[in-house]
Amino acid sequence: MGTLSVNLLHFCSVDGGYTRSLRNQFPKKRNLLLPIPVLNKQKRLQFAHSSFICSAALAVMPDEIKKVFDIESAASLMKELRGSFNSGKTKSYEWRITQLKGIEKMIDEREKEILEALRKDLSKPEAEAFMSEISMTKGACKSALKELSHWMKPKKAKTSITTYPSSAEIMSEPLGVVLIISPWNFPFCQLLSVDPVIGAIAAGNAVVLKPSEIAPAASNLLSKLFEEYLDNSSIRVVEGAVPETTALLEQKWDKIFYTGSSRVGRIIMAAAAKHLTPITLELGGKCPVVVDSNVNLQVAVRRIIAGKWACNDGQACVAPDYIITTKDFAPKLIDVMRHELEEFFGKNPMESEDMSRIVSVQHFKRLTNLLDEDNVSDKIIFGGQRDENRLKIAPTVLLDVPEDTEIMREEIFGPLLPILTVEKLEESFNVINSKPKPLAAYLFSENKQLHKDFVNNISAGGMLINDTILHLTVSSLPFGGVGESGMGSYHGKFSFDTFSHKKAVLCRGFGGESSARYPPYTPRKLKLLKTLNSGNILSILLALLGFSKD
Amino acid sequence: MGSGVNGMEGRGLDESLAELRQTFRSGKTRTASWRKSQLKALLRLIHENEDKIFEALKHDLGKHAVEAYRDELGVVEKSANNSLSCLDEWMAPKKSKLPLLFFPASAQVLPEPLGLVLILTSWNFPISMALDPVIGAISAGNSVVLKPSEQAPACSSLLAHTIPLYLDSKAIKVIEGGKEISQQLLEQKWDKIFFTGSSSVARIVMSAAAKHLTPVTLELGGKCPVIYDHLSSPSDTEVAVKRIVGGKWGPCNGQACIGVDYVLVEEKYASQAIEMLKKTIKKFYGENPEQLQNISRIVNEHHFQRLRNLIKDPLVADSIVHGGLIDEEKLFIEPTILLDPPLDADIMTEEIFGPLLPIITLKNIEESIEFINSRPKPLALYAFTKNEAFKRRILSETSSGSVTFNDIMVQFLCDTLPFGGVGESGFGSYHGKYSFDNFSHGKAVLQRYFFLELEPRFPPWNDFKMNFIRLAYKFDYLGLILLLLGLSRD
Repeated sequence: MGTLSVNLLHFCSVDGGYTRSLRNQFPKKRNLLLPIPVLNKQKRLQFAHSSFICSAALAVMPDEIKKVFDIESAASLMKELRGSFNSGKTKSYEWRITQLKGIEKMIDEREKEILEALRKDLSKPEAEAFMSEISMTKGACKSALKELSHWMKPKKAKTSITTYPSSAEIMSEPLGVVLIISPWNFPFCQLLSVDPVIGAIAAGNAVVLKPSEIAPAASNLLSKLFEEYLDNSSIRVVEGAVPETTALLEQKWDKIFYTGSSRVGRIIMAAAAKHLTPITLELGGKCPVVVDSNVNLQVAVRRIIAGKWACNDGQACVAPDYIITTKDFAPKLIDVMRHELEEFFGKNPMESEDMSRIVSVQHFKRLTNLLDEDNVSDKIIFGGQRDENRLKIAPTVLLDVPEDTEIMREEIFGPLLPILTVEKLEESFNVINSKPKPLAAYLFSENKQLHKDFVNNISAGGMLINDTILHLTVSSLPFGGVGESGMGSYHGKFSFDTFSHKKAVLCRGFGGESSARYPPYTPRKLKLLKTLNSGNILSILLALLGFSKD
Repeated sequence: MGSGVNGMEGRGLDESLAELRQTFRSGKTRTASWRKSQLKALLRLIHENEDKIFEALKHDLGKHAVEAYRDELGVVEKSANNSLSCLDEWMAPKKSKLPLLFFPASAQVLPEPLGLVLILTSWNFPISMALDPVIGAISAGNSVVLKPSEQAPACSSLLAHTIPLYLDSKAIKVIEGGKEISQQLLEQKWDKIFFTGSSSVARIVMSAAAKHLTPVTLELGGKCPVIYDHLSSPSDTEVAVKRIVGGKWGPCNGQACIGVDYVLVEEKYASQAIEMLKKTIKKFYGENPEQLQNISRIVNEHHFQRLRNLIKDPLVADSIVHGGLIDEEKLFIEPTILLDPPLDADIMTEEIFGPLLPIITLKNIEESIEFINSRPKPLALYAFTKNEAFKRRILSETSSGSVTFNDIMVQFLCDTLPFGGVGESGFGSYHGKYSFDNFSHGKAVLQRYFFLELEPRFPPWNDFKMNFIRLAYKFDYLGLILLLLGLSRD
């Protein structure tokens, strides 16, 4: 998601009473300065991270000086949570259930505030917020509550004759203290912030959640609500931006779960390597939509719009990024799209209440820059209107943008939708395969053979045929990327597994001792071992009796 | 030892990797028939070269043929056979359940190969630790580069020379070499790196992988403890001691990631345990410590010195109660038992990986839980006990890659159990189906149809749609029907 989110300007946030702005310096490449809104008191932080150095300028209102969350604070937080984990309380079924119920209660009782925060950060329409965030979080909680005892139960494993007599099982144990770093686009949602927390709690871990600073209202609310509804000795929220995240990353975690851009993903993984910490990276990528000419076009287009503009205005990791269709079919597709967009968002989409806005000025600029590039601006078929004051960009469709432009190389993450055309639909496979592996790939077609070929020839985190984004609401499917779109998966039982270690447990009895295992070694022992390995009971008996079939 | 890509002298690394990628892209490695043919070829390789492999293992580690078969060839054979018989089942997509709300639709998880994978292996089991993951990578349909450990040169060379004769060299290559080659390899972009070795090198491997967002599996080690509870039956005690001796000095003379590192025992039973250990060592390996049979030697000078330094500390040397004989020329160290060496000495803070066995005494055997928890998580934990309550405490209060009750190392042979570490002992697991999964991406595939559209999914938003979504997420089908009929329960 947000391939650009480390992109310099993002770490600027307006948070309650104090304003903070940062500047990242990539010493070799660029050096950007940002105007700092309030400059009463300034602090400078220096921190180095693998390949780049960031320097942060903090501007703090004098009357609201907050203690900076530095490495020391991170270390003491870690110590506290580790103590809590080591006490064993988070491992108990009762604790897990109580916390999950706490989350459920929190959402039930504070729904209004949550919706309000989302409106503040993204002016998200209520129905959309409810659909994509609140109800999915509740659903994840419910299913975890219902399934937990089943998930926690050790799974029996078969044993072989080599280890007879024995019994074996696989036990899920919590990893320890885990860090969840979540993105801004669905700051509350099951998907990206509270959903992994649910998985981590269900698996019995102590948790630190770092919500995104780019959605300050949601971040602030989460911090407040977690304190009120959950066990603070084991579950914490740390608010902040780059310096806070860096301080957190210095600690030794038992798991880091990160949702965001592949660029930051690399930094997270390098930091994790120092402590051999396993990671899950939920990234994004350019999710393609291939549209065949034999489809029910109206339904297809509505489903594409639902995934693109009706879901956080394209600012989602699984949002359709570009469409590939045939040259002949493209005009028809565009016509229907224009018509359906009007049905959904009215004649003037800039005035529609039914669409989220762009999250920040920085992202607004990034998107308009994508549009203003040479060879791109003249490819706009419709849309392109923008309003910087309200951070709105109209749904914009472009046709046959050259492949070497920024908009076709970077993840768009916004309301722009390029359509590429090919002579034959099969050529779309090459287009998709020439780019990094996406988090999701979509196909609209009635052709069964094409379904098969699409599924077999294209690698993506997940695939959805004849719809968009719905697959991530299916808790029986693993949600996660591959290649540039990340590693590890979650949702439902997969979340539980992501935050668990699968401990192999083998119980042996004292009987069934075979001397062939032990020295002194003889040729007969070698033969016996070979036969044992073959698993052929008759041969084993013969070998034990000193006979041989050879 | 020469380094480079075997069988392609004069061709650069880039070219070899390009060929491997090309092969993967061609789709050939994805077919079940290719995977099976390679697994069969690997079995043929093992059968037809058995003697050469025994010889190479003898040369590198002084391994006896029976030990070599038990820990190396047998393991590979068992894995390959298991993969062959299960492959079709593993490759089949798994259906996932869908809520009624999605009707009509179907969902499945389809395993797909990751692409080009790198397998970096260790020297202690130079055949099985190399070929076992290769079996997983092939089963999952990947193209593979195997870099055997340069510290077992005869085995490395044997693999490099025989693999191209049996396996498809357009898709599977062996690259030999030391640190420099490893570094060159790590700079490349892989779709997976599978590493077996030490935690210090693992950090380097993972940092390199981060640059390309390459997923890694790290198979490391750690100090694997044995909890030795008092067993009332003498015959059980005898079996337990046999298993400890066999597990400590049997597999590669203690140079094994899941080998026994130290034993925890109650004070009052320590001397009895030591006596029995000594007796069993003599029975297994012979009376004369200068001419022990059936036991591997130390891999090389470097590790020999490392082990020697572990017992140099006078306080540690004083704690030796058995063995201690060292033969530098033969790189041999006698099975050595130490009683309560200082806990802050290197021998108790670092993985021993050799024939030294500290016995640590505790007032009460239940203290072993705290003892283990105050150290990094081991790859394996062994406990000999018949006390069921204690077993349950061990399981729920300690953390380790695996737990085995009443035996040593046999968990490695169970293809149904995931083999892998946690914390300092690594992450990611393999063996059997877990190997296949390790080298696969489980692709979620959801299939929808065009009829039956749920209008409330789409804007413009209104109260009806909001109510609809609320009920839908609760899977409240009755409520939905009432809503659609214009009725309401409130």
